[in-house]
Amino acid sequence: MSLHDRSGLGPNLDVEDLVVIRPDQLNDLIARLGDLGYETKGPTIGDGAIVPGAVRGTSDLPVGARDAQSPGRYRLEYSDDGHLFEWAVGARSWKAEFFAPRERQWRAVIVDGTLRFTEPTKSARPLAIIGARPCEVAAISVLDEVLMNGACPDTGYDARREGLFVVVAECTAPGGTCFCASMGSGPSAGPGFDLALLELDDADGHRFVVRVGTARGAEVMAGVSSTSATDADVAARAQALDRSINRMHRHLQTEGLAALLARSMESPRWDQIAERCLSCGNCTLVCPTCFCSDFRDTTDVSGAVERTRTWSSCFDLDHSYLHGGPVRASTSSRYRQWMSHKLSTWWDQFDTSGCVGCGRCITWCPVGIDITEEAAAIRGDDEAARAVHVEEEAR
Amino acid sequence: MSEISATDARPTLAVWKFASCDGCQLSLLDCEDELLALAGAVRIAHFTEMSRTSTDGPYDISLVEGSITTPDDAERIQQVRRDSRHLVTIGACATAGGIQGLRNFAAEGAYAGTVYAHPEYLKTLETSTPISDHVAVDYELHGCPIDRRQLLEVLLAFLAGRRPAVAGHSVCQECKGRSNVCVMVANATPCLGPVTRAGCGGLCPSVGRGCFGCFGPSQSANTISLADQLSRNGATGELVSRLFRTFNANAPVFRAESERQSARGDA
Repeated sequence: MSLHDRSGLGPNLDVEDLVVIRPDQLNDLIARLGDLGYETKGPTIGDGAIVPGAVRGTSDLPVGARDAQSPGRYRLEYSDDGHLFEWAVGARSWKAEFFAPRERQWRAVIVDGTLRFTEPTKSARPLAIIGARPCEVAAISVLDEVLMNGACPDTGYDARREGLFVVVAECTAPGGTCFCASMGSGPSAGPGFDLALLELDDADGHRFVVRVGTARGAEVMAGVSSTSATDADVAARAQALDRSINRMHRHLQTEGLAALLARSMESPRWDQIAERCLSCGNCTLVCPTCFCSDFRDTTDVSGAVERTRTWSSCFDLDHSYLHGGPVRASTSSRYRQWMSHKLSTWWDQFDTSGCVGCGRCITWCPVGIDITEEAAAIRGDDEAARAVHVEEEAR
Repeated sequence: MSEISATDARPTLAVWKFASCDGCQLSLLDCEDELLALAGAVRIAHFTEMSRTSTDGPYDISLVEGSITTPDDAERIQQVRRDSRHLVTIGACATAGGIQGLRNFAAEGAYAGTVYAHPEYLKTLETSTPISDHVAVDYELHGCPIDRRQLLEVLLAFLAGRRPAVAGHSVCQECKGRSNVCVMVANATPCLGPVTRAGCGGLCPSVGRGCFGCFGPSQSANTISLADQLSRNGATGELVSRLFRTFNANAPVFRAESERQSARGDA
């Protein structure tokens, strides 16, 4: 046993301990999670993008993939360096794992003149995500407050959320639309993970610095051979995270932002955005925290009734439909609703930001509307208007 | 004409064809699993694709397929309306004028002269127009062809006296619900999904193709902005115009965009 070999010493690992594993041992970690009964999922390549999928070993991860992201544009490229996490963020968040796009709530049939209700059975197998991003873990915490701990818990959310094991991959290659550093949700992992990986490949070779987040994470790592992180590993990890922040060129100025948006309901900018906005709802559908849903009751030919919950969007006219018509009939009012909820009224409602800075709404908007650019423009208009006001007061 | 039992209290259903390919009314026969139960819930009084037996109106629900392209049909739809308690139009022809609506953009007789050896034998109108241009319509079900599940939903909703659960939002919502990767963002594939009404389940993007706009404009379609983006991705005005001129070419929003794109003159 070498000086740093921790194999067999695993049970002594504590929260916040740093150890180092090699790609083979990451493979072992994934296999161990499978052996422990977890359904193991992670980022995979599918349809020309990085998407959630089944991961049974490191070869299922996006080996060598790089993502080029800009407003309304996403492309994958490949390198032969074998890096597993040298990309920013995938096309889809992990939201769908806990909050399915379409889910039957119940079905009722009439038997002998009595309504009999049945609910779908829930999968009992816990999920382990290998390679979620820090912003995605932050997003799960945001969703927890809404769908699990909030006033109206979602049927099924906590059943799938319970027992979730998270191996987060800290970010070393932020994308062109990332702004997690502004939102305090990355590139290093905040709370909510069991194990955090940071991928390094330098003179000391291709390896992962593993930070233990929970006692459960320590237990799992106990079954995987690892070495203690050296001072050089620790320094390299810190440098990689610093470099990551420096490479993130997109920012959202959050200071006073909630109040700014709250007093900008009449900003002319909303109408300007509406000229470009397709009202298609893509931003809400790719957002890892957007939780709006629709409940529909339908009947079938046999007379049975079904209630189905589906993802909805504040960009859908039907979403705000009350008697007589939709409350938010214009695209400008719908975009304003979305953005001001995300960055302003979410604070009032859940005491947190609704945005984690993953940048998906920017990349996957078919016309590339950029929430950071729009927020900056509204701030600019607000400052100009206040300057005029001060001038008028002085006269 | 067949005899009707005086004790048969089932609502009556009639299916009518105007200028169309029959695909939408065949969607009713495609409801294979539910067809017998449906036939138990309604009395199918007139449906020539299914039976030569036909009974006189009035009918509780009429499904109308096809557009108005001849003087005779312009008359006939008036009688169908008079005979129908609820009139539901089905498909792109009936709701927007269909692919034959391309004649609305061409010189009179241009298409007929191309297709028929002796167009002088034809007695047609200059335009192909939706049923709603001629009579009051109670509900429009879009699609080319319509989705059979949506058709069933509309019929069941009318029978139950409730609002049909048929979405008016974009195809994108269905596409994302199916976990598709956006073909426009990831591949610059021209796609009408963001301005097209849902209903198909995101069929074409699921196999890597852009949306053809079969279900017509969504409730709040911003075609100008989408067309601008397609142009930025390299599409010419002629290409974008052609994208909007298919099965729903005559739907007002698509029509206006195709005309705007044709006027760009950068073919």
